[in-house]
Amino acid sequence: MSRVMPYITRNTVFWVVLFALTWLLSRNSFALYKALDARWIIRFPKKYELPLEGWISTFLDWLVNTANFWLFTFRDLTRAIAVVIEVPYQVLRNLLIEGFQTGLGEQAVQLAPSMSWIAVIAVVVAVGHYARNWALAGLVGLCFLYLAVFGQWESAMITLASVLVAVPIGAVGGLALGILAYRMPWFDRALRPVLDLMQTVPVFAYLVPILILFGFGPVSALVATIIYAMPPMVRVTILALRAVPAEIVEAGRMAGCTARQITWKVLVPSATPTLMVGVNQVIMLTLNMVIIASMIGAGGLGFDVLSSLRRLDIGGGIEAGLAIVVMAIALDRASQAFSERKYSEPRSGNVLQRHPWSGTVVLVVLGTFILGRFVPAVQTYPEALTITTSPFWSAAMEWVNVNFFDTFEAIKTVLLKGLLLPVKKFFAGIPWGWGIIAVGLIAWRVNGWRLGVMAALLMAFIAASGLWAKAMVTIYLCGVSVLLATLIGIPLGIWAAERPRAGRVILGLMDTLQTLPSFVYLIPVVMLFRVGDFSAMIAVILYALAPAVRYAAHGLREVPEQLVEAGQMAGCTPGQLLWRVKLPLATPQILLGLNQTIMLALSMLVITALVGTRDLGQEVYIALTKANAGQGIVAGLSVAFIAIIADRIVNALAEGQKRRLGI
Amino acid sequence: MSTSVILDCRNVWKLYGAQAESLLAQNPAPDAEMLKEAGVIGAVRAANVQILKGEIFVIMGLSGSGKSTLVRCLSRLVEPTAGEIEFDGQDLLRATDAELIEIRRKKMGMVFQQFALMPHLTVLENAAFPLEVQGVDRATRETRAREMVELVGLKGREGYHPRELSGGQQQRVGIARSLVVEPDLWFLDEPFSALDPLIRREMQDEFLRLQSMLKKTIVFITHDFDEAIRLADRIAVMKDGVIEQVATPEELVRNPATDYVAEFTRHVARAKVFRARSVMEPLTADSFAGEVAHDATIEDIAAQVEGADAPFRVMRDGAAVGQITARAVIDVLVGRV
Ligand SMILES: Nc1ncnc2c1ncn2[C@@H]1O[C@H](COP(=O)(O)OP(=O)(O)O)[C@@H](O)[C@H]1O
Ligand SMILES: [Mg+2]
Repeated sequence: MSRVMPYITRNTVFWVVLFALTWLLSRNSFALYKALDARWIIRFPKKYELPLEGWISTFLDWLVNTANFWLFTFRDLTRAIAVVIEVPYQVLRNLLIEGFQTGLGEQAVQLAPSMSWIAVIAVVVAVGHYARNWALAGLVGLCFLYLAVFGQWESAMITLASVLVAVPIGAVGGLALGILAYRMPWFDRALRPVLDLMQTVPVFAYLVPILILFGFGPVSALVATIIYAMPPMVRVTILALRAVPAEIVEAGRMAGCTARQITWKVLVPSATPTLMVGVNQVIMLTLNMVIIASMIGAGGLGFDVLSSLRRLDIGGGIEAGLAIVVMAIALDRASQAFSERKYSEPRSGNVLQRHPWSGTVVLVVLGTFILGRFVPAVQTYPEALTITTSPFWSAAMEWVNVNFFDTFEAIKTVLLKGLLLPVKKFFAGIPWGWGIIAVGLIAWRVNGWRLGVMAALLMAFIAASGLWAKAMVTIYLCGVSVLLATLIGIPLGIWAAERPRAGRVILGLMDTLQTLPSFVYLIPVVMLFRVGDFSAMIAVILYALAPAVRYAAHGLREVPEQLVEAGQMAGCTPGQLLWRVKLPLATPQILLGLNQTIMLALSMLVITALVGTRDLGQEVYIALTKANAGQGIVAGLSVAFIAIIADRIVNALAEGQKRRLGI
Repeated sequence: MSTSVILDCRNVWKLYGAQAESLLAQNPAPDAEMLKEAGVIGAVRAANVQILKGEIFVIMGLSGSGKSTLVRCLSRLVEPTAGEIEFDGQDLLRATDAELIEIRRKKMGMVFQQFALMPHLTVLENAAFPLEVQGVDRATRETRAREMVELVGLKGREGYHPRELSGGQQQRVGIARSLVVEPDLWFLDEPFSALDPLIRREMQDEFLRLQSMLKKTIVFITHDFDEAIRLADRIAVMKDGVIEQVATPEELVRNPATDYVAEFTRHVARAKVFRARSVMEPLTADSFAGEVAHDATIEDIAAQVEGADAPFRVMRDGAAVGQITARAVIDVLVGRV
């Protein structure tokens, strides 16, 4: 290998030629169309478009209005599901905020008040203490106290009620499906593609059919939430059960367990710590989705944010957003503590001695119940004592905007002109025919002809659905955001890995960023940059940053100590050590992080449709507002297909790199 | 002696691979070549084993030789590809699921290499687990489990969880659990291999102590030949899924059936294996310095016999069956026989 001339491999030639061709075609596609008078070059011919939208809408119509399964109609089924969800939800709402009543409207008679705010806080403190210790109990208690003091109590309780209904259903359902998949290989095989699709189809896309099936309101929101939050639980369950050591299962069989006993007395209890990780995920995804689902009637904190954004009420939006953050932190820390909980010795003695905390909580609940009848402040946190931060936030934003408007504008302009617009132009110009071929070629090059054909077919589906232009906007926005997120995230990850103290801070921050519902990211971005591609990009970067940082840090830390020492003994400087030894070895991990970043970016992009992008997300969002299920699903599938292609390509790259490194 | 065979395993095969079944259907005794060609792993091949009531039967072989698979075939944790297994007069391979559960609940116990304790249960609950799944009431099963925990020397730690115990202690819990149902047949799959050498030795002593009290029928797996000769009444040596030889430790050393067995036994200290009866000579002397048991190892009696002026009488069932001289002992010690 000569050092003077950088070695050119066939691989490099392939990529350079592919890029150059694409670039040339992109630049000249319009001229080409004019010269040849062939409009089909830049636009997929309308008359060949797949009438998929219509089919789906017709199918849903049929399902709702005429479908009949022998004993019951489809409508009966959806009604039954609605009842199963609605009843516990209403009970929880009554318990947490509305109180129990009989009769309607004027004649309503209150039977019992809701739990007092003090009682709710007592319960969460006890849960925190049970899950870990007093420190956690204090944190959770403070979070809920915050909600009371800052006047977010009612909305927060509505959100909490949704979470408390959706989480058990999602967790138990996921567990059940996971156990079935573990025990029946054919079910596992059937389930896997469904899970893949459910996790890549953007949430808005299935809001539409659900809306049609269940109507506007909390039930729809909860159904969507459960569908959204369940797949990770299924996956975690399968993994957790498989990870139970074979010998433990054999020990169960040798003890004479029946199949059922193996599941419930051996597998599930042994896997509980891992299963709790799944429950934690269900809780966080549920919260995320409950917030988003405020668009179809979930109410609560999400609705407050949404309506503030629509009214451009900056203070109110930030206030509600912070309440979401606080709630997310409380739920995350508490549920995480459960997965790390140590088994503890059961106490002995009488009922109160055995359960001192439950006992205390029951006493507090009953006590405040009685006291609350005489002292209203015990029942509901007094309005007069709430602190509203809304004016403060409005003023702060005002101040920021007055003083930094020009700076922000300048940054925005530079990035728009220098990066976003050229990239957008490049992607927008690619003729759809070549686009399909190019994606196929890339996938083929990375992982063989099977993936190549699949990728090309999926892209062809998008083109044939008439969504090519919007898909290109999605790809461009996703690409730019992922690029910037990587450029910011990997150095942060390196920093975190090399400097343990900084690492703790950075990784802690990333953990918190990841627990925040995606909706929250829109708030500051809109306030500072208003609507448009740029705002969307910033929100996506913030949301998708965490995995880039985490995986880079993790990859670097996982580099075997011996190899680092070997490098040091060979006389590497710290810089050489990083570039020559650690980074190459960490590439597979970094690529996995990139994969996650892309997935998160795509899911966030759909939500940024709310701040006015013109991509597939917008298409889905329009479908949602028009309740056009076909349109929503087709656009949603298109996003899912892009996600699947990206996922397979990046994963193949990571695998290839692993093979090359022999790990 | 066939009446005392408790477990009879005849021509048992366990093959892994897509074509395992069809291969055996075509040819009931394929050799290693044929298996390799078909892409099939011969984990256990043509195994014949008779376990006698009350004996310690050790299966010895290097890692991957098929010991675990064989012992799992014997308890039907693994379904053999072919063969017959008779346990206590019952055809084990034709037992229904319900019958199998019943057999395991009442007649079999097993100890595992990695202890395989339930992480969420305490020591006492782990020991009581087999009784719990049978539906024995709490008071009865805890009393019984407490006895077992005490028997294995863990009294006072009933409330601990497995992760709070050392490896040796965890395996004691595993032993307690496997004995709680008073099984007729006790399987131990490399029970001490995961332990440090010193602890291992201690656990072997403990095991022999327990066996002297309980007199179980035992199938004991190990990859450690020293452990095998220390514990075994009989040893089966396995290699690549095939049982090379089944014999007492002494026979293995004296008459290895294959080069492979010979390689194993070459460096074994003879004195640990040879018994008085096998180096004794006919009674000729007039006076004796003392008496030794016919089944005492040379190692145990060496100092005594070698230091005496007269031979020792070798006793069996209260009668003298021969004599043993200092000369014979020295021959064994220096490896002349
Ligand atoms: N489930 C299985 N699938 C395929 N091969 C297996 C399986 N279990 C064991 N084997 C193979 O069978 C052989 C014997 O394994 P094992 O009985 O565990 O050996 P040992 O216990 O003596 O170390 C090994 O080559 C192992 O790879
Ligand atoms: Mg083994």
